[in-house]
Amino acid sequence: MTGETTSTASAGPQEISGVFRGSADGATALKETGKKSEQGVSARSIPTFIAGEELADLADADERVVVMTADLASAGRTIDFATRHPDHFFNIGVAEQNMVSVAAGMASTGLRPFVSTFAAYLALLCCEQIRTDLAYTGMPVVMLAHHSGMALGYYGTSHHALEDLSAMRGIAGLTVVCACDANELRAILRASLVHDGPVYVRMGRGRDAEVYADVPENFAFGEAIRLTEGSDVALITTGSQVQPCLQAAEELAKQGISARVVDMHTISPVDAAEIRAAVDDIGTILTVEEHNVTGGLGAAVAEVIAEFGKPVNFRRAGVPDVHVVLGPPAALYAHYELDAAGLTSRAKDLLQHMRGSDR
Amino acid sequence: MAVTQNTAPIPVRGTQERERLFRFLEEKAKLVRRQTVRLSRIAGAGHYTGTFSCAELFSALYYSQLRFRPDEPHWAERDRFVLSKGHAAIGLYPVLADLGFFDAELLDNYTRLHSPFGDHPDMRKVPGADFSSGSLGHGLSVSLGMALAARVTGREYLTYCMLGDGELAEGQVWSAAMAAGHFKASNLIAIIDRNQLSIDGNTETVMGVEPLDDKFAAFRWEVRRIDGHDYDQILDTFCYVRDRSDERPFCVIADTVKGRGVERMELDKDWHVGNLMGADYDDVMAEIDAGLAPSRSHA
Repeated sequence: MTGETTSTASAGPQEISGVFRGSADGATALKETGKKSEQGVSARSIPTFIAGEELADLADADERVVVMTADLASAGRTIDFATRHPDHFFNIGVAEQNMVSVAAGMASTGLRPFVSTFAAYLALLCCEQIRTDLAYTGMPVVMLAHHSGMALGYYGTSHHALEDLSAMRGIAGLTVVCACDANELRAILRASLVHDGPVYVRMGRGRDAEVYADVPENFAFGEAIRLTEGSDVALITTGSQVQPCLQAAEELAKQGISARVVDMHTISPVDAAEIRAAVDDIGTILTVEEHNVTGGLGAAVAEVIAEFGKPVNFRRAGVPDVHVVLGPPAALYAHYELDAAGLTSRAKDLLQHMRGSDR
Repeated sequence: MAVTQNTAPIPVRGTQERERLFRFLEEKAKLVRRQTVRLSRIAGAGHYTGTFSCAELFSALYYSQLRFRPDEPHWAERDRFVLSKGHAAIGLYPVLADLGFFDAELLDNYTRLHSPFGDHPDMRKVPGADFSSGSLGHGLSVSLGMALAARVTGREYLTYCMLGDGELAEGQVWSAAMAAGHFKASNLIAIIDRNQLSIDGNTETVMGVEPLDDKFAAFRWEVRRIDGHDYDQILDTFCYVRDRSDERPFCVIADTVKGRGVERMELDKDWHVGNLMGADYDDVMAEIDAGLAPSRSHA
């Protein structure tokens, strides 16, 4: 997300669209899709962008849906919901903790609130409200945590969420799920609406390229989706890293290495059966996440592997346990080897290590 | 068929009906204090003083103001009550039992393994508890959510939230207060149990909250300051709450005495949590049974 986006957060949809038209990544995204939204800007494959429209569609058929933002209606595109359902939309101002607890009170009356803001503030600033007011009480509030990971690049650590999975998956009764693209987000939102309990939805920076051509069928929390079959290495990944893992798998295939790519969209409860299958079938596993390697997807997979008890070659790709250096997102992904080239290299290193230890 | 409580108008000042209601409410306030002492002994410790300070408010709320159905605790049109100062739950459970939300004998196992009743209320386990609490600062936000939900769904219930005064140091309270004023949540009523003490001492020494009326007024609330142990003032305020047409949320600052009703505890910070034993237990029960004496610390 560019600096312009947040600085014009109070502007209407037209101006925001203009900002995105003018930004390099936004232009790329437009080219990739080819469908048009009401504002004349195609944004259909961009997860952040479809959230408001998808929720408005859901609200057309379900009057329990209410949506809240904390002064990021444009950045999170909940503004698209607000224009269609103004009486079911609340901008709570820059008060994220208040937003979460207000949503809890709404949910207690039977409404189905969706709250939306930057992941850094939702998961970290509101961690205790999420635990106490949503999870402990079982309130069906859906949190749309957009711009997770280091999506806000040079905004710096204050705006990054590289610890959110760690914090969220430690909370009992909370479903933690990551959207890798627009269609998966649609599936998540639809599943959330019929889910009995709170859901933390981790979303990317709003420019994630399409992974699913259609809304995945039979989507269910806790049931990973195997995107490619493979026999040499399993790339178990989630959210923004699904697409680069698919690209890495293509590159590895060119080099004669067969990679299974697993979209582990749900981090809690994690799909232990799919992890055990990777151990049994392949025995070499690289987890890939835009998150601190401590406490996130890699840790969740490691826990399952350790308790499974079979020897396995295992590495976690992610952000090492540091506050990341400054830079635009693309440069950061390359720097931390979370782009296709870096992941290809990481997977080959892991396989070489295995062969080395065999000798 | 489920019966809705407290639908009759509150009798006006100076009438025999009002006097009868007083005597009835006084007995219910004694119930709150007695049971707080009894349950504390079962648990081995309890929040005495912060419960005693709101005993009159509890009794007036539950036996004259809130509309609910004990046989139907999730009745959608019921008035909501959020106990943001969750540590006073020990005084609320006996009221809910007395009203028939659950069997009073269940309280004999208070805080024991698998009991539904902990030091702070759990809405999933306690019929009649409209929301779980315990973490200070959340309740006004939750209550605002209930109030805004009434607007969305077209329901006419009122949402009441009781906060402690020490709790007001939590920033989230003021985020909620600001939002309630902004959204003109006229169906939201905050009741501040202004009992003067937080855990470490007088609020004005630990973290000053005054001038409280000015603060809420500045956040676009209608404010009324009353003596929180005076039934006339409480009931007059409740009458007003039902009939008012102001578009602002309503804040009742109830000036109270922490520990009110048991002289040795009044305004003594060391009784925030305690455990009465032996003869002390019997003495305190007798003092509660005698009713409220003029407080040495009450203005």
